[in-house]
Amino acid sequence: MKPAPFDYIPAASVAEAVAALAELGDGSKVLAGGQSLLPMMNFRLARPDALVDIGGLGELRGVQARERFIEVGALTRHLDLERTGVPGPLGSLLRSAGAQVGHLPIRTRGTFGGSVAHADPASEWCVLAALLDATMTVTSLAGTRTVAAADFFTTIFTTALEPDELLTAVTLPRLDESYRVAVVEFARRAGDFAIVAVMVACSVRNGVIGDARVCLGGVADRPVRSLAAESLLAGQPAGAAAFRAAADAAAAAVSPPADIHGSAGYRRDLVSVLLRRALERMAP
Amino acid sequence: MTGSGTGPWVGRSVRRLGDPSILRGEGRYVADAIAGQDCLHTVFVRSPVAAGVLRAVQVPAGVWALTAAELASVAGICPTMDRPDYVPVTTPVLASDVVRFVGEPVAMVVAASPAEALDAAELVGVEIDRTPPVLSVADALRAGAPAVHDVAFPGEVNTVVQGTLTTPGFGDIFNAAATTVTVSSGSARQSALPIETRGSLADYEQRTGRVTLTTSTQMPHVTRTGICTSLGIPADLLRVVAPDVGGAFGQKMCLAREDIALVHAARQLRRAVAWVETREENLTASWHSREQQYTLTGAFDPDGRLLALRADIVADVGAYSCYPVTFGVEPLMALSELPGPYALEHYDVRARGVLTNKCPIAPYRGVSRPAMTLALERLMDTAAKQLGISPVQIRLRNLVREFPHTTPTGLVLDKASYVETMQDAVTAADLPGFRVRQQAAREQGRLLGIGLSVFAEHTGYGTPAFGARRLFMTPGYERVEITMDPSAGVVIRIGSSPHGQGLATTLAQIIADELGIAPEQIRVVHGDTDSTPFGWGTFASRSLVICGGAALMAARRLRQQLAAIAGELLDCDPWDLVFGDGRITRPGTESEVAIGHVAGFAYLNMNKLKSTSGSGLYAEAEYDPRGTFSNACHIAEVEVDPETGEVKILRFLVAEDAGRLINPAIADGQICGGVAQGIANALYEELVYDEDGNLSTASLMDYLPPTSAEIPPITIMHRETISDTELTGAKGIGEGGTIGAPAAVLSAISDAVTHLGVDVFQMPQSPHRLHASIQEAKQEGRA
Amino acid sequence: MSRAKRDLILYVNGDRFAVSVEPRKSLADTLREDCHLTGTHLGCEHGVCGACTVLLDGEPVRACLILGVQAAGHSIRTVEGLAGENGTLHPLQQAFWDNHGLQCGFCTPGFLMLAAGLLESADPVTDDKIDDVLSSNLCRCTGYQNITRAVCAAARVMRQ
Repeated sequence: MKPAPFDYIPAASVAEAVAALAELGDGSKVLAGGQSLLPMMNFRLARPDALVDIGGLGELRGVQARERFIEVGALTRHLDLERTGVPGPLGSLLRSAGAQVGHLPIRTRGTFGGSVAHADPASEWCVLAALLDATMTVTSLAGTRTVAAADFFTTIFTTALEPDELLTAVTLPRLDESYRVAVVEFARRAGDFAIVAVMVACSVRNGVIGDARVCLGGVADRPVRSLAAESLLAGQPAGAAAFRAAADAAAAAVSPPADIHGSAGYRRDLVSVLLRRALERMAP
Repeated sequence: MTGSGTGPWVGRSVRRLGDPSILRGEGRYVADAIAGQDCLHTVFVRSPVAAGVLRAVQVPAGVWALTAAELASVAGICPTMDRPDYVPVTTPVLASDVVRFVGEPVAMVVAASPAEALDAAELVGVEIDRTPPVLSVADALRAGAPAVHDVAFPGEVNTVVQGTLTTPGFGDIFNAAATTVTVSSGSARQSALPIETRGSLADYEQRTGRVTLTTSTQMPHVTRTGICTSLGIPADLLRVVAPDVGGAFGQKMCLAREDIALVHAARQLRRAVAWVETREENLTASWHSREQQYTLTGAFDPDGRLLALRADIVADVGAYSCYPVTFGVEPLMALSELPGPYALEHYDVRARGVLTNKCPIAPYRGVSRPAMTLALERLMDTAAKQLGISPVQIRLRNLVREFPHTTPTGLVLDKASYVETMQDAVTAADLPGFRVRQQAAREQGRLLGIGLSVFAEHTGYGTPAFGARRLFMTPGYERVEITMDPSAGVVIRIGSSPHGQGLATTLAQIIADELGIAPEQIRVVHGDTDSTPFGWGTFASRSLVICGGAALMAARRLRQQLAAIAGELLDCDPWDLVFGDGRITRPGTESEVAIGHVAGFAYLNMNKLKSTSGSGLYAEAEYDPRGTFSNACHIAEVEVDPETGEVKILRFLVAEDAGRLINPAIADGQICGGVAQGIANALYEELVYDEDGNLSTASLMDYLPPTSAEIPPITIMHRETISDTELTGAKGIGEGGTIGAPAAVLSAISDAVTHLGVDVFQMPQSPHRLHASIQEAKQEGRA
Repeated sequence: MSRAKRDLILYVNGDRFAVSVEPRKSLADTLREDCHLTGTHLGCEHGVCGACTVLLDGEPVRACLILGVQAAGHSIRTVEGLAGENGTLHPLQQAFWDNHGLQCGFCTPGFLMLAAGLLESADPVTDDKIDDVLSSNLCRCTGYQNITRAVCAAARVMRQ
């Protein structure tokens, strides 16, 4: 289990990184924390011709707080987010999701941007990005553009990033104090990738749900918002009846894959159970 | 824990002698020897298909590789048994004409580094014409199924061993019984999964032409014999060294074809050649185990007494036979040991091993006993339910109480505490209290369950037991050589090959008490065919019993030599002398002599003695016992999430009786580790093949050894029943945890969901499987 | 060619190592083969078993999922760096010995470094936190009970 040979280009700046990506083209990969890429390279399932190492770009690590949103630098570690001081429901969501990414020695090294760019459909950060309609900031020699989460995740392990583009930051909207959030996952062992992951964020005022966001991981080739559940929650009293209806609707609307850890039907049932539980456990 | 002071040492949790260096990172595992060595590195090119005809292996110029063509002079591995139903098959060192499972080695590539060897291996072309694989027992036994080997089968095609036995008068008793109960149960394939994968370094010595194979093995002497037999070379041309071994559990006791290739390559190249297995290879091509199905029908009287037992047992043994114990090991052990701790007279059994195009099987901790105990204990629970008695009652009516007890297969159960350990465990579990909690939890929608299992664990058996299995090679005995040097330091040389069991410490405790010295003064030499007597190694819960017995005998002989000298020095009868605290004392007097003085005398001043014969202090002993039975009762308490099918084990109790506890901490360590592997079998681990015969679980993301979060706190209680079948009073304990846990866990799950109309019999009870059973019961309105 | 070996400096257990490695070589292999520190073991090479856990700038990481070149200039601590100068066992090592926290010992360096990263961090350490963190690594021998017991015992000693 040793990687195939590759060229190694440590980048000293974003400009250097995108210049290298432009020059190297298709066969190159960005190396951030490496916690998803290196296992695949060790199995030789991924065999890039070149790695552009952005690990030294300290400016890409950390959370910038703005009035209406926060900007998470691509190299922000999972552990940084598990410990983030971002206030309000968004902070709760980040801490809760961060604590469920792998194990401590993965969280010390793995990065938010790396995880989003890797686009595993069960990844906490991909689900969170889709849940909150995050905006991805992407840079190349041609300049900087932004991509909405809905357009970013195209299929399993595949995003809208062009080979010469670098994901530098992800912008997440702040959630006002009316929001209740929850992250509920089902995995076989502690720290394993979820078989199904559910994230919810619902604005609740006077016991009535306003904006309702429900995102599911592990049930399709990318994280998916459950529009069926969201529409059944919005405008309803936050309570068992609405939660159950939404959970059942979400389950009915997915066509999950089957694998050795469970059939499509099992995953569908998990969606219903986990979403109901997530809605019941929502907290500020 | 204690680590200093004076004897007696047996019975104390002495801290293990070698631990500090391991803890400092100074352990020397095979990959560590390789990392510091100027050597070539090997990668095996493996078959990507489950079955096919190997047309060609193309090695490009510039790549150094061995294929079957270069190994024409090397014999394959063909272990045999002296029984007509056993079908010998040969494992070629590298596949020659046919490939029989995904992962089978077809070529060996050698290069300057592991990564470069892998680069080169990718350039080797393998042409295979696929043939239809057989991937299950059902597949293998259906009419017209392709034969995995082109050999004559005395029975059905692909059936390579078929043991049968019917006790006289079975039919009459069976047919006349008031109640019959049938259960079918089984286990998925598992890997023993030591955290250190297999690996070896074959180092060629120019001067002598000898090869030293440093290898992660449980059986250095047998490995040497196997390799030299294949290569057709005298045993003295090969030295096998087991350095620190990072876990084995059976996976490192059978001869690896890779090791034969490695020694051959070292001799060809006259260089050191290394191989470290990757985890992917370990899961794909190292030994598998446990894929067994049992159908049991018990005939019971109205009181729940098991009058007769009919059993059909079938093991999927994969594509080849393991050396030395053969692919008969699982089915034949199940046949002979299934009746377990119950006083059964009438037994009718058929146990088969069936070939498939999958990785071959080898023993894994417990071998057949986890699945066998599951079957028998689930039968008992099911019968109890049907007869309206409790699981405890039915066991009380059937457990053996009088010893020795001869089983229908001729095994002799020595003195044990089947009833007492069960009562200990049941009392500690507080069954009535649990039922109250269970009811209260159910009213809140939470499903709790409790389950128990009892078993007899056959341990410490020597050549008579292996001979009874009719193995061509009969393992069993162990030899120990002991010397005391002129400063009273003791070195013992053993044929056993411990790798984490703490044997060096427990042997030192036994010897220290015999010789009146401290365990720290005793050094145990093991794992080197150049410096240890021939022995069978460490497996089958045998080392402390057999090697420990031999060590005790040898120490007693050495003590006699010391006593003879001391008796003359102290002018008294040697039999009266007392050994302790480094001195030999004449009881009731001040008269004493330091053992160091006596030891010095034995080497340096023998001419001054009249009566003793010969100089020096040396003794040896061999021990070959018939075997003994440890026993235990396990109780698991679980919570089932009926919506997800997830099972959490809340509590685990073990009431164990392994005879005399030489070192309680080490014994408890064996139990805890064993229980964790049993839980893994019950809930988590499963090697899955897809419909083409590819392994779908070739990483630790998909094959799921449990973490600490999945293993509950384990409470252990001991009894120490001493029987006269083993010298030290200690019975083996290495496999019990793994044997008892699965049945207890599945029984507890069944207890939690029985009101939903669900009963579970198959391992692992992974969440999707249990969830499906619950859904099915709901749809059928069984609840 | 940048596939060729690169010269780099690693700071391991306070010592400076100048090594020359291919970019594709993992930190674990670099430590083992080039720094001759073989206490760091490899059990899976895909980041699950944790046998290769070391501290990188004080934090536990999987040395099989970091390239040697990525660790250039960083401070690394391995199991060889735990004991005192005169060989005195670190409280964790002592607790593992006292509590029979190891059997074959292969996973032990990884567990020691994982626990060292936890107990030596500034964060408050609770038994729950210890339980959570210890689930990061795999042990096949012990059933974990004595590992947990040892780390909790060491935590008590180190708090004093």
